[in-house]
Amino acid sequence: MPVEIDIEHVARLARVALAEGEKTQLTAQLGQILEHAARVGEVAVADVEPTASAIPRVNVLRPDEPEPSLPVEEALFNAPEREGDRFKVPRIAEIE
Amino acid sequence: MTELCDRTASDLAPLLAGGEISAVQIAESCLARVDAVEERVRAFLTVTPDVARERAAALDEYRAIGAEQTPLAGIPLAVKDVFATQGIRTTAASKILDNYVPPFDATAWSRASGDGAVLMGKTNCDEFAMGSSNENSAFGPVHNPWNLDTVPGGSSGGSAAAVAAGEAIWALGSDTGGSVRQPAALCGVVGLKPTYGLISRYGLIAFASSLDTVGMFTRSVRDAGVLLGSLAGRDPRDATSLDAPRRDYTTSIEEGVAGLRVGVVADAFGEGVQPAVAGRVRAAVDTLERLGASIGEVSLPHAAYALSAYYLIAPSEASSNLARYDGVRYGFRAPGSTDSVEMMTATRGQGFGPEVKRRVMLGTYALSAGYYEAYYGQAQKVRTLVIRDYDEAFANYDLLVSPTSPTTAFRLGEKVDDPFAMYLNDVFTIPANLAGVPALSLPCGLDDEGLPVGVQLTAKVLDEPTLLRAGHALENALGFDPTSPVAREAVS
Repeated sequence: MPVEIDIEHVARLARVALAEGEKTQLTAQLGQILEHAARVGEVAVADVEPTASAIPRVNVLRPDEPEPSLPVEEALFNAPEREGDRFKVPRIAEIE
Repeated sequence: MTELCDRTASDLAPLLAGGEISAVQIAESCLARVDAVEERVRAFLTVTPDVARERAAALDEYRAIGAEQTPLAGIPLAVKDVFATQGIRTTAASKILDNYVPPFDATAWSRASGDGAVLMGKTNCDEFAMGSSNENSAFGPVHNPWNLDTVPGGSSGGSAAAVAAGEAIWALGSDTGGSVRQPAALCGVVGLKPTYGLISRYGLIAFASSLDTVGMFTRSVRDAGVLLGSLAGRDPRDATSLDAPRRDYTTSIEEGVAGLRVGVVADAFGEGVQPAVAGRVRAAVDTLERLGASIGEVSLPHAAYALSAYYLIAPSEASSNLARYDGVRYGFRAPGSTDSVEMMTATRGQGFGPEVKRRVMLGTYALSAGYYEAYYGQAQKVRTLVIRDYDEAFANYDLLVSPTSPTTAFRLGEKVDDPFAMYLNDVFTIPANLAGVPALSLPCGLDDEGLPVGVQLTAKVLDEPTLLRAGHALENALGFDPTSPVAREAVS
């Protein structure tokens, strides 16, 4: 059985605008992929630790030495929009 | 007469050192090949002839004054367009990074460049390295130099095709679930995915960070060892990079396979594997036995679940990694929005292609409240079981063998409408990424239509020397000619 998902909800969480046709197609495709992926649930794993990384490393620290940071002009070179030395974006807060 | 552009780096290096040829001649040979075939192959998103000529000329000058040079010096290298190259457009084959020019170099590229590599250009690939056919590139597909109507594999299809066509001597790729090995198999070249963390991921545009591995395409196993030697080793900029020293990976390459214990993976010749693929891989196993390896059969009982686990873990990590493409600091921004959330949502809706949306949505779902444990959590536990399978297998065997891909190159367009069928291409390559172990694909013959078949060798963590030594012995015994029809026609 294909898995049913709330496509509007997932698209909102993912911050991806979808056209109506995309929603229909993705609902069907994701349902089919998840049906197969859900097979991971068939394996009994109650006593198995999860693996996040195959070759885990812990407490990897670099020497705490100051280094030059990216110059402002280089950091802003690819900006879609800028104002002075800052990235410019549309408004981020509701206005009363 | 073989053109310079169709030779291996290991063949060219002594000719360069002896002054018989120049780096400029090699670069011009590759550039002439690009001119001759690129319109049909479309391996590159950006070709860098000026950079290549300037670098090659400088290297010839250094050599003339007696400066010592590495085995990479003067050898043309193609770089997958997921590696940041300072001052050179880097797109990940995505519309969302169409105009991105990185202010820094990826470590893998900067090490190769520091050793004298000559950059030919940035190669086409599936968008954000997500795909198995290169058809997910926002800039159009790559065509396989063995048959231009077929796919080169993916996601590093451009790098594989560039090497197969003689447009570069070797190339960098990235392998998250088979993205170096599968296109190597389909394009008849050698593809190496080293141990996870052996080569720094710094500057590699992230797809799934716990699986992403820098790898390479070459025309010989020895070349793969040479290139690995330049790129491997700890990088303070990648906390997951291993403490392995930079070393020469070719020192034991001539030692042969006598006494090696080789396990043939159960299901290697099972359902879904084309008869021609099974036949060539079986013949490669027989060759290993004739060369003195002992052959057995090995079971990886959880391999059947590896594909399912991968298609939860990789999209989950991708949905997190790709959150950075929000239209704020770099890349594409959708015009016309009046608030930032609307702008980000529209930017991602317009900037990402279908496969990237599919995976971001899949990962977002698998990580969302109420589903996390059943999907992502369970997949991580299956990952543990896959690793245990390898541990048990390597208790009895030095190497494992399987096909690299269940099929040879398929027709362009054949699988684009069925994402799940496309995912099945990676069934033999994915387990190595989940376990972090190194694996090598090398060509082992052609099918009835003249398309290459790849055999995959897998070794335990950091046992690249055994992998390369067995690959080299097998390659010599099989005598496969990696010159593709497109390369052959360009010469005649």
